[in-house]
Amino acid sequence: MAKKKKAGELEEEFVEEKIEGADIEQQESSEGSAADVSGNSDVAEAVETVDKEQFSRERMESLAHYVFKQVDAVVFGVLSPKMIKKMASAKIVTPELYDREGYPVDGGLMDVRLGVIDPGLRCKTCSSKLKECIGHFGYIELARPVIHVKFAKIIHLLLRTSCGSCGRLMIPDDKRERARAHLDKIEANEGPDARRTALRALITSARLGNKCPHCKEKQGKIVLEKPTTFVEGDRRLSPIEVRARLERMPDEDCELFGLNPETARPEWMVLTILAIPPVTVRPSITLETGERSEDDLTHKLGDIVRINQRLFENINAGAPEIIIEDLWDLLQYHVTTFFDNGIAQLPPARHRSGQPLKTITERIKSKEGRIRHNLAGKRTNFCARTVISPDPMIGLDEVGVPEVVAQKLSVPETVNEWNIQYLKKFVENGPGKYPGANYVVRPDGKKKRITDETKEATLEELQPGYVVERHLLDGDIALFNRQPSLHRMSMMCHRVRVLPGRTLRMNPAVCNPYNADFDGDEMNLHIPQTEEARAEAEILMQVQTQLISPRYGLSVIGCIQDAISGNYLLTKDEDIDRETAFMIMSNAGITDFGKLSSKKKLTGRDVFSSALPNDFDFKGVSRTGEPVVIKNGVLTEGVIDTKTIGGEGEGVLLRSLHKKYGPARTVKILHSILRLGVEYLFHNGFSTGIADEDLPREANEQISKLLAKAEEDVADMIDKFNKGELEAYPGRTAEETLELRILERLNRARNECGKVIRSHVHDDNHAAVMILSGARGSITSLIQMSACVGQQALRGKRIEKGYRGRTLSFFKEGDRSPEAHGFIINGFKHGINPKEFFFHAITGRDGLMDTALRTPKSGYLYRRLANALQDLRVDYDGSVRDASGRIIQFEYGEDGIDVSRSEQGKINVKRIAEAD
Amino acid sequence: MHKDLEKYKDKLPLKLLQDIEEQVPGSKVKKVAEKVYEEYLASRVDPGEAVGLIGAESIGEPGTQMTLNTFHYAGVAEMNVTVGLPRIIEILDGRKSISTPKMEIFLKSPYNKGKNIRELAMQIKETKLKEIATEYGMNIVDMRVDVKLDSDKLDELELTPQQVAKAVDKALGLDAGAKIDGNTLVIKLKEKAEAKGLNALYRAKEKCKGAYVKGVKGISQVLPVKRGDEYIIITAGSNLKKVFEFDFVDSNRTTTNDIHEVREVLGIEAARQAIIDEVFQVIETQGLNVDIRHIMLVADTMTAGGEVKGITRYGVVSGKASVLARASFETPIKHLINASLRGEVDRLTSVVENVMLNQIIPVGTGLPQLVSKLEK
Repeated sequence: MAKKKKAGELEEEFVEEKIEGADIEQQESSEGSAADVSGNSDVAEAVETVDKEQFSRERMESLAHYVFKQVDAVVFGVLSPKMIKKMASAKIVTPELYDREGYPVDGGLMDVRLGVIDPGLRCKTCSSKLKECIGHFGYIELARPVIHVKFAKIIHLLLRTSCGSCGRLMIPDDKRERARAHLDKIEANEGPDARRTALRALITSARLGNKCPHCKEKQGKIVLEKPTTFVEGDRRLSPIEVRARLERMPDEDCELFGLNPETARPEWMVLTILAIPPVTVRPSITLETGERSEDDLTHKLGDIVRINQRLFENINAGAPEIIIEDLWDLLQYHVTTFFDNGIAQLPPARHRSGQPLKTITERIKSKEGRIRHNLAGKRTNFCARTVISPDPMIGLDEVGVPEVVAQKLSVPETVNEWNIQYLKKFVENGPGKYPGANYVVRPDGKKKRITDETKEATLEELQPGYVVERHLLDGDIALFNRQPSLHRMSMMCHRVRVLPGRTLRMNPAVCNPYNADFDGDEMNLHIPQTEEARAEAEILMQVQTQLISPRYGLSVIGCIQDAISGNYLLTKDEDIDRETAFMIMSNAGITDFGKLSSKKKLTGRDVFSSALPNDFDFKGVSRTGEPVVIKNGVLTEGVIDTKTIGGEGEGVLLRSLHKKYGPARTVKILHSILRLGVEYLFHNGFSTGIADEDLPREANEQISKLLAKAEEDVADMIDKFNKGELEAYPGRTAEETLELRILERLNRARNECGKVIRSHVHDDNHAAVMILSGARGSITSLIQMSACVGQQALRGKRIEKGYRGRTLSFFKEGDRSPEAHGFIINGFKHGINPKEFFFHAITGRDGLMDTALRTPKSGYLYRRLANALQDLRVDYDGSVRDASGRIIQFEYGEDGIDVSRSEQGKINVKRIAEAD
Repeated sequence: MHKDLEKYKDKLPLKLLQDIEEQVPGSKVKKVAEKVYEEYLASRVDPGEAVGLIGAESIGEPGTQMTLNTFHYAGVAEMNVTVGLPRIIEILDGRKSISTPKMEIFLKSPYNKGKNIRELAMQIKETKLKEIATEYGMNIVDMRVDVKLDSDKLDELELTPQQVAKAVDKALGLDAGAKIDGNTLVIKLKEKAEAKGLNALYRAKEKCKGAYVKGVKGISQVLPVKRGDEYIIITAGSNLKKVFEFDFVDSNRTTTNDIHEVREVLGIEAARQAIIDEVFQVIETQGLNVDIRHIMLVADTMTAGGEVKGITRYGVVSGKASVLARASFETPIKHLINASLRGEVDRLTSVVENVMLNQIIPVGTGLPQLVSKLEK
């Protein structure tokens, strides 16, 4: 009751929810004009009073940056027949759509009173043109009432829980109040469905013996024959009877049942009048041949109107009851499929081509439905998409935009006294010449395209207050995004850098947050069009602000690939002559040479140090565990690798820089470091080839020996097992023990190969450099290439599948040798034999399946998490609350620390103490 | 506590105060504490921060990197533990029955030294008749089943044949009864069931195999393990309440991975902690790095109502006040119908509804509601 009152007070728009996509959709698109909304701000009033006459749709759009109406609440309810008539602007009486001239028929489904979808026509209800008229409802009077399918279950329950003759709920008066409290509690906890089940249980447990406690009338058993037929005993209840019974239910009982009688009287669930959605929600399309193709809903409504007419005629002509019943059922079928064409018991209504019609339910639900596709998901203009490619020379916070794209995308700039000359130049250049402009918007909202013909006139006309949509320029703000957008760093703000070429260019250091590579990835670019959007993008989304991941409080952006191996080699280089050092540094954009000592010979560490600020101190470790020490901005000890400058939570050095110097400077330093690495490799040359995996003969011999020994050991174990001498591990059978031991022995053999390789591969081997610096690859991949691919494991075991007792048909049954269970003794470079290839393919396929199955699973989990948690926010008092103000946490994360401002989720007391 | 720290007592989180106390020499405390406080203030979350979405991203994004491989050994052959993505899904779904329940039972001081650990473990393990029986003989003539019991095993379990008979008799129910004859358990049909004949006897034989004899119901495997310098018992199957009843069990440290059981036995706060621990453990073993705050937030959302609710359409999402927010998740038609019957009012207080209506969302920069009057 309280709810109701409030709704009344607020004078909210009354969205008569009728399970019609149409209604809801209407609401959304009409926001502003049709919606009678409370909370008009003063701004709105001001706008409206200024020029009431010019209050056209176009004008409103041009003033779109004023919030002149705001929806305060949406009310849901069931449409009453009265309401349908009240909101309708036409009564539909004929199934015909157009007359011979192709003009919509009066009283037909495309009646111009329901809105216009043809250019040139005017709506007879609101007299506005196409796109201005948002459409109006119509109605049909049904010859006989029909059940609304979506309410069939509730009607059934209503019939079963209420008395057939007096219409009261079958709960004795003395138990009423207790029942109400009980049911309200259940509904609050478990929702409306649970309330209904509980009510039913309550009535059964009251043991009334099929008698109404109020009028003592005996009750028949009512069965719902799906989808919409009710049967009492063996007599069918017609919708007229059903409606009559529902009408008898008093309002108080509706409330006890869980209905709000103000918005949903039970008898409204049986339709006597059907609302016809406006034509604008079911526009017809004109084919190339000039033929019209009607929307699915129009088809369905046509069927309904036709059958309805026939039913009327037959009733009036006094046709036999059977014919009327048949037509009535047919009408019921059409109305049912109009609401939902996917009901299991009914054959779906189809097009002539056999394809099922998409009616109201299908329009709303699922991912492609109205709600998830159109309402929760939005589309934009001013965006671009192409292939990306790397460019280490542009800044981390820049994005290279091809000139062709820059000419299509534009930024609106308002003309004022000071920039008029500057903007005129763009207009002069026009859309074809970069940097030019595409459109000029006059203060009254008229948008004009600049062409060679209009150019002169536009130039003269241009004055303060006009808006010029000019081409993208260097430094403009853009949002850069790569799907899947799994975290906030998947969409960051970059500054435009217009470049020749046809791809979007990005600095390779920002590959990590986007999870991008350059094997054909495409990315999207959006250009914000208002000052507010640009300001938010710049302050909240710029690359600088996203350095530290809110997931773990470490740097996500960092050097990758060449930049790492380059810096690794650089800091290992003990001997660089002065000239080379200068060249590398200036190529990398470092112009401050003051830090280099005056010695003739320099070390790579000196060069690296030049990229660091002078007052920077750092202590860390390299991948090998050796200390890396930076004192007063000079790298005095250690080599630089992923542990210090890498991305994705690895680069500790970057985190320290960020803490001390802030985001902007860190990005600059990181860029210098990255280019230093790249330039060093440019100067020295760096590539890898098949020769990097070559091993000297003695190494190959050692490896062969190692592997032979392993096979021998395994053979021994198998032998022992066969004799029953193998000692089982506690809790395991002998067979399992054997498997485990074989697996362990073979893996050991492969790792021993690694040792051999390591002792024979030089540190300046480029493959080794990449591995040691952490830039790419691992020691295992090197072993797999040059020595032995190793055991192929499936679910933590050797490969066992295939035939009974053997993996492939040419192995003996019970053969437990490494070879027969997927041990690949050869390296990739040597080449693997067919058996081995097959085993390798098995695990390869398993891996592919794993990824293919995992992606949708984790995607669904993510969607659920995001949906459940999206409303949670930190309130001004530091507590975390949901949308209805319920406290979820009293203090975020128990200490109120923002992870992206912490160091690995902590405040580093030790560092602070030491810095002192 | 150091006197210089005292004025920060209510201003800094406990953890930071401890850190300062431990890591900073007394003379420097004042200066350091000041700086820490400064940094703490700078590191606090901003009001309006969409922490929920950040949390969802932080757990959802690494989900793509987790393995799907369900099973992973924990010592004994039959003892598998669900790990990786399936386990996370299971926890966040708030499932009532999980696929691999597991307990870690810690023992009180004299017992955790490893002496008699096997015997203690065997007391906890659920023993069924089939584990102590050596032979089942069906005697068709006398219409009875003879079950020979393994006396060594009985000794090991400290059971008498009489006890076994009593337990089996109880398990067989109304149709059959069990009596003891030396070391043989005799199962006979009761009079009224005799008419059913052989079939009933056969059924009784099969039924008796699964009869509960001793131990804790639900614990199918036990495994004593040395952890650190004490012994603990890891079990497959979980029954927290019954296990707590043993006097050698340290109920302060004993845990289970069944969240709902924790909720029932120890309460909602313990369940919250259990969710955090379980999720964190999975993420950690996968070698991923996710801050604990995100997991805490998810756990708090799931338990905020006093019950463990899953992140599903029946759980957390169903509790949302907004019709449109519920409809945009799953089963939109159902939500719209129920809303229309109830005459629900959507006040547009959360995110999706406002996205739908092209209005400003009430998080982040959309949270402040400042109104300025324009001059007329």
